[in-house]
Order: sequence, then structure tokens, then C-alpha cells
Amino acid sequence: MSSETTKPVKQLDRVIIRFAGDSGDGMQLTGDRFTQESASFGNDLATLPNFPAEIRAPQGTIPGVSSFQVHFADHDILTPGDAPDVLVAMNPAALKANVGDLPKGATIIVDTHDFTKRNLDKAGYAANPLEDDSDSGVLAEFAVQPVDLTGMTIEAVKEFGLSRKDAARAKNMFALGLVSWMYGRPTESTIAFLTRRFAKVPAIRDANITAFKAGWYFGETTEAFAVQYEVKPAPVSAGTYRNITGNLALAYGLVAAGVQADLPLFLGTYPITPASDILHELSKHKSFGITTFQAEDEIAGIGAAIGASFGGALGVTSTSGPGVALKSEAIGLAVMTELPLVVVNVQRGGPSTGLPTKTEQSDLLQAMFGRNGESPVPVIAPQSPGDCFDAAIEAARIAITYRTPVMLLSDGMLANGSEPWRVPEVADLPRIEPGFATGPNHVSAKNAKENGPDAEPDEFWPYLRDEETLARPWAIPGTAGIEHRIGGLEKADGHGNISYDTDNHDKMTRLRQAKIDRIADSLPPLGVDDPSGAAKVLVIGWGSTYGPIGAGIRRVRKAGHNVAQVHLRHINPFPKDLGEILKRYDTVLVPEMNLGQLSLLLRAEYLVDAIGYNQVRGLPLKAAELAEAIAELVAKAEGVPVDLSNTDTDDTDANPVSTHTAQIAEAKK
Amino acid sequence: MTTTDPGTDLGLPSLRTGTELVPSTDATQTGKDYTSDQEVRWCPGCGDYAVLKAVQGFLPGLGLRRENIVFVSGIGCSSRFPYYLDTFGMHSIHGRAPSIATGLATAREDLSVWVVTGDGDALSIGGNHLIHALRRNVNMTILLFNNRIYGLTKGQYSPTSETGKVTKSTPMGSVDHPFNPVSLALGAEASFVARTIDSDRKHLTSVLSAAAAHRGTSLVEIYQNCPIFNDGAFDAIKSNDTKHDAIIPLVHGEPIRFGATLEDGLGHKGLVRDPATGGVTVAEVSEVGTDAILVHDAHNPDPSMAFAISRLTEMGYLNQTPIGIFRQVDRPTYDDQARAQVATAQGGHDDHPGDRLAALIGGGDTWTVV
Repeated sequence: MSSETTKPVKQLDRVIIRFAGDSGDGMQLTGDRFTQESASFGNDLATLPNFPAEIRAPQGTIPGVSSFQVHFADHDILTPGDAPDVLVAMNPAALKANVGDLPKGATIIVDTHDFTKRNLDKAGYAANPLEDDSDSGVLAEFAVQPVDLTGMTIEAVKEFGLSRKDAARAKNMFALGLVSWMYGRPTESTIAFLTRRFAKVPAIRDANITAFKAGWYFGETTEAFAVQYEVKPAPVSAGTYRNITGNLALAYGLVAAGVQADLPLFLGTYPITPASDILHELSKHKSFGITTFQAEDEIAGIGAAIGASFGGALGVTSTSGPGVALKSEAIGLAVMTELPLVVVNVQRGGPSTGLPTKTEQSDLLQAMFGRNGESPVPVIAPQSPGDCFDAAIEAARIAITYRTPVMLLSDGMLANGSEPWRVPEVADLPRIEPGFATGPNHVSAKNAKENGPDAEPDEFWPYLRDEETLARPWAIPGTAGIEHRIGGLEKADGHGNISYDTDNHDKMTRLRQAKIDRIADSLPPLGVDDPSGAAKVLVIGWGSTYGPIGAGIRRVRKAGHNVAQVHLRHINPFPKDLGEILKRYDTVLVPEMNLGQLSLLLRAEYLVDAIGYNQVRGLPLKAAELAEAIAELVAKAEGVPVDLSNTDTDDTDANPVSTHTAQIAEAKK
Repeated sequence: MTTTDPGTDLGLPSLRTGTELVPSTDATQTGKDYTSDQEVRWCPGCGDYAVLKAVQGFLPGLGLRRENIVFVSGIGCSSRFPYYLDTFGMHSIHGRAPSIATGLATAREDLSVWVVTGDGDALSIGGNHLIHALRRNVNMTILLFNNRIYGLTKGQYSPTSETGKVTKSTPMGSVDHPFNPVSLALGAEASFVARTIDSDRKHLTSVLSAAAAHRGTSLVEIYQNCPIFNDGAFDAIKSNDTKHDAIIPLVHGEPIRFGATLEDGLGHKGLVRDPATGGVTVAEVSEVGTDAILVHDAHNPDPSMAFAISRLTEMGYLNQTPIGIFRQVDRPTYDDQARAQVATAQGGHDDHPGDRLAALIGGGDTWTVV
């Protein structure tokens, strides 16, 4: 196999492919391999896995469809793409579930093998859509490539003596081989992967590799595909890159935080979608002194993490929204005892069990206020899969420096989505100083009387605060002379004994809040992306909407208009210059995958008339729709019409969809 | 093994003791060293005072460095305990102390970790954490103060209150079936289960010694009188007139006999196997003969007999109950094994962690752009 080809090569600047099939068809793996190939080729990319909560939903049905979308380009891109240029559909249900997302002219590669009466019935097709050639057919507007992927796979792997069923399972690799050929992807990493993955079952290994190659050769030889496409590498800054998902980056960030703080990491957790991969990953890295504790429930997970923090470890608990609900009382305990703790919430659709495998940003107010009492907790959010690494280190920095639980809000899209990530230099990562208490810190009244106020401290006050950060000492067992008791009851300022004094409670409540507010002193100024400086409309977001907002803004700018963007990593406390920034713009738009939670906070804090753009569809916001919302506000603010036609590519002039389709159509002739 | 009175050596392999990895001190300690400057605020006559005094009197004998001892509690009257001890302590949230202690004990092998809890804290809201701590066998000692009532919330029935109990929340009598904490712990495969009484300082201290020496989770149920909301709940086992008939004493290696003494100096009643049920019943020694009487074996790997004995606890008013160490067996602890896995994974790594971090994050399928 070689990327040398005998067919004409057409250039494209970007392509969006969606692989869709039954949840047992291996579509996530197929998409992941295609992504790795594209990443190692040097394209910029972004991915969007989408799968049902059921492990194996009924075969052949719409609820059982699993898909993986990958957007790859020769330039910097921000999102997994709104609509696929190419759909690979492994069965009628996959076709039916996804065809509605395709733009006119998109290419559809279908496995004809599964278009049986039975499967068509299951998908709800009265007749085979592949056989309807009329102009009113459901597929009339698309370039359809019917291929017997399963049949050709079975034929290709028959020498390995597998059952028909096992042989057919390699069809995803045939499809991957075909699509890899179409876009000239390097194949070495996939062959190496299959060799590793099925090392113990040589027949399966060889069948998969053979199917993968057969798919490639099919593309190369069949007349149905007359053209190969090329998407050149994207120019990026020098460095070592890898493709990374948000959950992996977040786990690596936690490992790094432990190393940078020189602390053992203790993860107390309970499995929950979509956060479990953080547990899986950290459990592999015990060599860094990491302990992973799979607790009996969510509460025990955070309880153990708090216990470990009390003992001087970096306590972490990871979960999703329903788990945070259960942990709320324990988070309050960490607020009261002022112990370092990182709480990772990989958000999913809610409320209650909600949509476990879909993304949402609806736990922001829970993170802010979901506890009894005045219980301030810093909240930070990563903006992309790779950014989960830095955000995790930042969460640990705040937790350790300020002796507080910190809420780190990832989400399902970040967790499972991926992007090329430039591997940072360890030397460039921030150091984190635990600064454990080493001995008495206070001069007792008796001592002061006998030896003066400057006498050597002879007692330990666990709630004496650092003047700069207002943090109390991290005083861990095993240190002589600092024995003390902490707990959930209100503490007297300073010496920390139980206090029911009303003035003290008022003071301590304000101190706990002031400590969190002080974190803002350590934050760099917010960057506003406003190239012309003339924008009247500001778009502000947080978390995983960074990509769609950025892509939407590019479209508006491409249409010749000004619009500014700010994206928040720190939501509690807000950066100090946010209020001043908000005042600079006539209109503030806040896109969120919730019903307006950041909007509520901004309105309350800054009295700004924030306008929400809100969707809770379990999927990322679409750049095109966002662009329209932004354009409407820009048109109003500037009093001019905004024409977004010809801007529906990420930031290029060509329309790859139509070019692409024309070429496929040409190939079919 | 440094087991105390009930634990004679049965030739079991010598495992680490509960406090083996905790730094010791040669300095002489007294109960006063373990007394904090906080005023004790339990009700006058509360059984908690006696337990506190016993613990303060007992801790110096461990010979451990005071700063390496941690008491963790939940919520309830007994959970105020840590404030009165001059060690490290955490008065945490309702029912969660075992989970916090699990994290602490796993993260720090050099600490002697104690949990103080009550019947409501451990068996109602925290029941899940209790059974999981016991099955994991984390190295810690759980002191379960059982007064069979809710005290801090002013007198509702608890999960150990007898059926029919009339309380503020059950004016017509409770219809809840109570837990037997010892049976529960044995069912959760606890490696050390004992029961003692607040007012019997000598017995309480001996059980605490054995519990502290045990490596793994030690559950000590302490019958504790609440003079305000459930006064007299344990009178039958405390009164000199009745206690010989009410207490079934468990001493490892001794025949289990109680009641008024016979010529051999032992009680006229004894425990025998009941072939009909497989359980254990009380019999007159004169009728069954001394050879039929069970000899207590706390180290029996099979918990069936210990469980059968635990069933002799009267679940209504406490007119009869076994007291002592029901079970003490050696079994690997969660925290030792978790640390061993970390140590194994760390073995052979003498390079700088930063270098290994660079190798980790720069691993996988990478490509370089120049």
C-alpha cells in the first residue's frame, strides 16, 4: 500500500466525514482510527463522537445508531463541523438517522449488504431508498455510492477461516480502508494499531488488516471512485503533537498537577458516564504515586478524597452532574474545613439521569450554588479537549494555594471529542507549592505575657490566614505541635474551635467569600479578541462552546463585520477586568448549552443586559446557526444588513461540499 | 501479634499489627496529654463520658506519637468525641466518617486512624460506608456507640431501637425491625468484631487494645446509655443483680458459660450447638455436660459460629447479649494492598518524575512539526 496513486488527485481545504452504524459495528473505533491517521498526516481536526447510552441497543434500530464525525482541514479549524460532506452508513438505520443532517450534494457511502427487508423495516423505511432513482427520492439530492462492504469484506478475509459473522465484523475496517484511500491518509498507524490490538488472536488480526487493505485497494481500483482527494497538512507552530480527547488530557493534567506540586494524587470516585475514563486513565499511572479508589458510591468517593487531602495528598473526585448532586454536602465540608480538593464534573444532559452520553453545560449554577449555606467554590472550565490539561493544572493550583474545593467543569463534548494537541514542555508547567504547616504559628496569651508578643509561637491556630491569599494553613497529621480538630461546625476565626457566636459566623462567612474573591488577584487579564477594536457586539462564552462561537464569529467577520469574543476559563471568581470589558460593548451575546446560566451570573454581577443564545439538544452548538444569531445583533447594532452567504466554510472561500460532490458525480459517470 | 487478653496465639501467620507503621515515642504520656482544652458538652450522666475517659486513659499505653493519631467522626452526640481529644481530628458529616477515614488511612500508612460513630450515624445514614469499610478491611478502628436512640435530634427511634419503641416520631410504637450491629458486621465479613459496655472500663480497655492491635477494620460496638432519651436501656447487663444472667462473656479459648456459678467456678448456663438449626442455643450445663459447651474461637476463619452467637442478642429489651470479641481473623487490608500496588508501579523508577511526565504526555501516536 502506498499513498502514490494512479488516479487524479483533487485538492480540498477541509472535509467533514461521519461514520455511522449500529452500536456494535465499531464506528467509534473506525472514526478514532481515521482521526489518528489524519492527525499524524498533519491536518487540523476536531471530532464529535455520538453514541447511545445503551451498550448494545437493539440491532438495526434507530436508537442503536452510533456515529463519529471528524472534521479535518489544511487550516486551523474550531469545530467538528455542522454538517457532514460525507456520510458512511453501515445500515438503513444509520442512513435514516443521519441523512437529515446532510447538506444538499453530500456524498453517501452505504453498505448495501444490510439493506434487507428486515433491516429496512427496523429502520422504518417502507421501500429501499437506494432503489428509488426518481427525482423525488429521499436520496435524490445526494451523491450515493452503494457498495457491498460486508460482502466484499467476507470475500477478502475468507482465507482466515472465520465464521461468517466474525468475518463480517471486519467490515468497519474495509470502510476505513476505502475512506482512507479517498483522502490519501497514511495507513501505517492503523496497521500497527490492529497488530497490537488483536495480537492474541492472529486470525482476527489478519482479517482486520486484510479488510482494511482490501478497502484501500477497492478504492484504488474500482471505477466507481475516479478521483482521490487531498487535504494538505495545516500550518501549525513547531512542536510535537498528538491527538487527544478531553478526558485523557484532563487525566494527564491531574498527573501533571501531582508532579508539579510534588504531592501524591488520590482519586476517590464512582464510575459514571461520561467521566469514567478519567478513573480508567489515572488507574494506569500508579507509578506517579497515584492512588485510585473506586468507592461504594459518589459520596464515599469525595469523602475519601477529602480524607486523603486532610492527610496531605492532592484529593480529587471525578463525576458528572448527578454525582455532584450527591457530593454536595461533602463539598460543603471541604469549604468549611478549607481543604484542597478538585471536583471534576464532566457535564451531561440533565436533570436527573438526563442524557448520559450527550453534552450540556447545565451544571454551572449547580457548581456555583448547589450547596447549603454561603458556600463559595471556585469554578473553572476548559474550552477544548487539549485545554483540559491546562485547566486541570489550574484547578489544582487554586485548590492547593487557596485550600478550597475547586469545581472543574468539563462536558461530554470535550470529554470524548478530540483535537491535535501540542505536547507542552514539562519545564514550562507552573510549580505548585503546598506549603504545609511545620509547627506552631501563634503566641499563646500566657507565652506573650511571659516572653512578650514576639516570643516563639507555642500554639497552633488552624484558621490563621495568609495575608495575601487568606488561605489557612494546610496542617497535616504527623506534624508535632499542630494537633488540631476541624469539622463541619462553624469555627472561630483564628484558633478554629467550635463557635456559635453570631458575629464570628458573619465574619467567617465573609472571610470564606473574600478568600475565593482573592483568587482573581492571581489571574491574568482576560484577552478580548477584537481585531479591529471597532466591534459593538461582544460574544462571551465558557467551556466547550469556544469552538462553535469562534467559528460563528469567523463567518461574521468574513462577511466584513466586526464582532468581539471573550471566552471565560474562570467563572468564579470572574477575572477582574471582565466588568470593564463588558461595558465597552453595546451588545453582549452569551451562547450556552443551557437556558442561560452564565447570562444569569453576568446580569447579576455586572447589571449587563446579556442576551442569551441557548440550546440544549445534547449536541454542540452549530457554527452556522450561531453566525446568524450574531449577525442579527451586529446588523441591529451597526444599522447595516449582514449577508452571510459565501461564509459557510470555516474561514476559506472555496465551498468544498459542492466541489467535492461535483467530483464524485463526475466519477460516477 | 500483640493481641491482648482474649487473643491467645493460635499459630496464625504473624501479620503486621494495627499500629506497626505508626511512629512510636519513648516519652511518657498520660491521659492529660490526650485531653484537649475544649469543654466537654455531653449531658450529665451520658455514657460518652466514660468512653472518653477510657480512651484518654488507654491511648498513652499505645506508645504512639500523638500527632500520628487521628480521630474521624460523623454527626451525632458521640461524634463530638474528636474535639475532646488532643490528637488530630475531623468532625465530618453525617454517616461519612468511614469514607473519610478510608481515604486518610490509604493515603497515610503512618497514622493510627479511629472512627467514632453512633447507631444512627453508622447504621442509618452511613450504613453503606460502614459495610464497605468492613469488607475492604481498611486499617482503622471503628467505635460504634450504640445507645439505641437518636439523641442529638432529641429522641427519635434509631435503627437499633427495639420494635414497638415509643418515641417522638413513633407515638404508636416503632414498626421497624432493628439491626444487630454485630450480625451486620459479620455479614459484611469484618475481620474484627467486638462488643463492650461503656461502664465496664476494664473490658472496654481490653477490647480497645485488641482492636488497635488488629490490622484491618476493627468494629467495636459499645453499648452506651443515653440518660435523657433512652435511660436504662442497658440496665439488665449493668445491674449486679441481673448481669450474670444477661451477659454471655466471650473469651477466646474459654468455654462460653454464664449465670450463677457451679462448683467449677463457671456459670450454670452455656452455649451449645443446636443440631436442628445449625445455630447456637443456651443450655443448662448440668443437663448437657461440660463437654458439649462451646469453646469460643474468635480466630475461626469461618464466621458462621460467630454469627450464630451474635443472634443470641435480645433484640427487644436487652435482657441477654454476648459481650467480647466475636471474631478476629487476619486478612489482607485494602490500604496495605493499594499502597503495595503503587509501590510496585513505582519500583525501578528512580528517574525524575518530570521526565516520566514528559514521556507520558508525549507518548502515543505523535508527530513533529518543525
